[in-house]
Amino acid sequence: MNTPAPSASLLVHGYEVVIGFETHAQLSTASKIFSRSAVAFGAQPNLHASPVDLALPGALPVMNVGAVERAIQLGLAVNAHIAEKSVFARKNYFYPDLPKGYQISQFEIPVVQGGEVTFFLGEEKKTVRLVRAHLEEDAGKSLHEDAALGGGGQSGIDLNRAGTPLLEIVTEPDMRSTAEAVAYAKELHKIVTWIGICDGNMQEGSFRCDANVSVRKPGAPLGTRREIKNLNSFKFMQQAIDFEIRWQIEQIEDGHDIQQATVLFDPDTGETRSMRTKEDAADYRYFPDPDLPPLAIDRAWVERVRADMAELPRVMAQRFVQDYGLPEYDATTLTQSQAMAAYFEATAKASGQAKLASNWIMGEVARRLNTSDGHFADLPVTSEQLAMLITRIVDNTISNNAAKQVFDALWQGDVDADVDAIIEAKGLKQMSDSGALEAIVDEVLAANADNIAQYRAGKDKAFNALVGQVMKASKGKANPAQANALLKAKLG
Amino acid sequence: MSDMHDWGVSETARQLRSKAVSSVEVTTALLARAQANEALGSFLHLDVEGALAQAKQADAQLSAGAQGRLLGVALAHKDVFVTTGMPTTAGSQMLAGYQSPFNATVVQRLADAGAISLGKLNCDEFAMGSGNENSAYGPVRNPWDTTRVPGGSSGGSAAAVAARLIPAATGTDTGGSIRQPASFCGITGIKPTYGLCSRYGMVAFASSLDQAGAMARTAEDCAWLLSAMAGPDIDRDATSLDVPARDYAAAIAVPRAGATADKPLHGLRVGLPKEFFGEGVSPDVQTAVQSALQQLTALGAVLVDITLPRTELSIPVYYIIAPAEASSNLSRFDGVRYGHRAAEYGDLIDMYQKTRSEGFGDEVKRRILMGAYVLSHGYYDAYYLKAQKIRRLIANDFQSAFQSCDVIAGPVAPTVAWRLGEKANDPVANYLADIFTLSSSLAGLPGMSVPAGFGEGGMPVGLQLVGNYLKEDELLQTAHQFQQMTSWHDAMPKEFSV
Repeated sequence: MNTPAPSASLLVHGYEVVIGFETHAQLSTASKIFSRSAVAFGAQPNLHASPVDLALPGALPVMNVGAVERAIQLGLAVNAHIAEKSVFARKNYFYPDLPKGYQISQFEIPVVQGGEVTFFLGEEKKTVRLVRAHLEEDAGKSLHEDAALGGGGQSGIDLNRAGTPLLEIVTEPDMRSTAEAVAYAKELHKIVTWIGICDGNMQEGSFRCDANVSVRKPGAPLGTRREIKNLNSFKFMQQAIDFEIRWQIEQIEDGHDIQQATVLFDPDTGETRSMRTKEDAADYRYFPDPDLPPLAIDRAWVERVRADMAELPRVMAQRFVQDYGLPEYDATTLTQSQAMAAYFEATAKASGQAKLASNWIMGEVARRLNTSDGHFADLPVTSEQLAMLITRIVDNTISNNAAKQVFDALWQGDVDADVDAIIEAKGLKQMSDSGALEAIVDEVLAANADNIAQYRAGKDKAFNALVGQVMKASKGKANPAQANALLKAKLG
Repeated sequence: MSDMHDWGVSETARQLRSKAVSSVEVTTALLARAQANEALGSFLHLDVEGALAQAKQADAQLSAGAQGRLLGVALAHKDVFVTTGMPTTAGSQMLAGYQSPFNATVVQRLADAGAISLGKLNCDEFAMGSGNENSAYGPVRNPWDTTRVPGGSSGGSAAAVAARLIPAATGTDTGGSIRQPASFCGITGIKPTYGLCSRYGMVAFASSLDQAGAMARTAEDCAWLLSAMAGPDIDRDATSLDVPARDYAAAIAVPRAGATADKPLHGLRVGLPKEFFGEGVSPDVQTAVQSALQQLTALGAVLVDITLPRTELSIPVYYIIAPAEASSNLSRFDGVRYGHRAAEYGDLIDMYQKTRSEGFGDEVKRRILMGAYVLSHGYYDAYYLKAQKIRRLIANDFQSAFQSCDVIAGPVAPTVAWRLGEKANDPVANYLADIFTLSSSLAGLPGMSVPAGFGEGGMPVGLQLVGNYLKEDELLQTAHQFQQMTSWHDAMPKEFSV
């Protein structure tokens, strides 16, 4: 693998961290991948279990075309190759919530091959290469010792989830820090929700990540990895990977070898613990599923899907750079979700001030959303209001500080509140009458001979004090730039 | 009307439409006959009430002038087709008493065509066997000699038709399971092109090979059945062929190009694979098949020598691929959701082991073990993958052969039916007996068995006909013309002639 040498700052106690991801994205189809049962979360157990899902004798799987289309969409979104022919295989193992005794998955020839995910880590652009993305079915759920079943060590099986379509997205081991791994996961989450193939609900398990973590001395071959399963929040993801890195380094420093293992993260203890080691690994006896012909996708189908797809985030970001002259960082940040991008574009267009719109959205709007746990889809401030606010800054009606007060009022107030009315009501209008400002400046100069003397003696601070006096005397309504210019002119 | 059990499908339908008899009368007679011959072992379940209710309904429809071709005609289903209202066991203890909530597509289509289902027919457990001795519910006896096997795995279907308990039955063929019992019992059977009949609702043995077909006394009756059974089912079976349903009864009535009254098979090139006529074939079978071939030439056919060089390889290839698929297909029988579960067990693994040890018979276990072995890590390439490659070569061999012939002819099996117990403890001897039916199954080609005489011990011998993909019409027509000139298919086993 060709990766650049790690920068020293990324090393943890002298070790380089290597992370790869396997993500299961539940596809947003109405019915299951091989049956016509509904995909629904939280229904009464086994309500959505057809003969196919129950693996009754004689029942056969039939491919849900909607799941294939979603796989194609992902492939297009990450610039991957969509295989003309991919193959479903059976992964054979016994478990009560696996009704057929095998899982239908793709093994040797997946539908999506290669591709990459690009994102910003801080201001640094990162690219993680994808190995593949393949279609498969989810298993059911085992409900152990459920009180409703009378307890006593009984287990129940709920097959509502059995056959739910999944896309498993696998990366190369390209990530070098927890932060990069989390940023990758967030970016992938953004892509699948943006193109609408997955609802992204991590708590309900619609988007679950497995992280393969290993550490090594720089330049050494890859270390033995341990796989942390089922990370279902970004917060746990970070905690789990951080813990795992520390744990592995400690083991190695203590002279122990790392054993390849599958581990689970316990949010209560903040620790990872081993579920099974390589010795327990089953022989899944993969072979092509004879019930399903190879999945054929011709180029015309790919092009139809492409034509129906929303503008991809990276394409939209490029457009923002080109059309609005935004820095790449702004463009990428603003395309975190369709709603955010749409909000930006509407504000930029209405105000004619793209960079200011970007600053406001990435700054004030995002900050308030973060604290209130809100979403761009239901902002209390419309793009028209924000655009008007920006217009009033640009035409010097209000200062930046005043604008923040207006924004606050908009955020708290009615949806149809008028920007100009708020400015008026709060008396935030800047002085536009240069005669009035000149009078204030004259007053301030007359009353502050000391400062004038100090300024003349070369002390810049004294000038700032004079500006401050003007602002104070104008009750904040003076335009600072105008006041500056006027003072300078008068002081010669 | 004491001979109504001997009418067959088309004659029964004609009699019903002429109102000479009612469906209730015929059905009652057949039910009584089936009950009187329980010792044959062909029925696993006889649905007396259900059949009579269907017959009553059919009579009402017939009086109202309904024209369904199979309306009121009784038949029965191999017990690997799932059915509502009757248990489906696949001949296994594992599925004792299992009730399916849906009908197999084939079962539903025959019901929709007006056929009456008398019940379910015995078979080798999960269709694995060549003698019907692997049924958990006891063997089926051959009506021509009840000390002999009827063939398998559709042994119950073949025996019931030969004994005139029913005019026709459904069967399934994975490596010869329709053709070989048809041959052993002296009836006509067709295994269509893979995918022509839906597999939905067939308890799966080997998915890439399993194919439903028709078993009756004549090619014409098979054509009547197949017309109702076949046709696309792509919403339920992804391997179902998306080709329009056909009327095979009409197709066989259309004369061949250049045919005359005494040369109805004019110009038909019949390929004789030299590998099918070697020393492995017993002399009595050789004699019957040769005389049948002479009759084909008398009807205008031309015999052509061909070769199917990988015929012998079809045995190991089949006994790798079919068990591999079976080992996976039978994983669902785990005691968790339905079917047998061990009465006492410790943990989960113990439950699986006891359930499957008790529920499956020896032959099924043997094939699961073979299948799991050939799919195992490190063995997959050497066995399964190699077998798949040879399978493609076998299919190619047939295509080369069809360059110089229209149908391929030969024996169905090297011998006539053997005695019960004779090969019961020799699985390999059973496997070798499949040699002439396996290669066309591996290639997915349609094949038939047509009664062609009698051999050792007065046992029936079948002529096998294999056609190219979707050439069921040509196969059926060839068999039909042959049956216009011969009467082997009309012969009735003595014990059952009253």
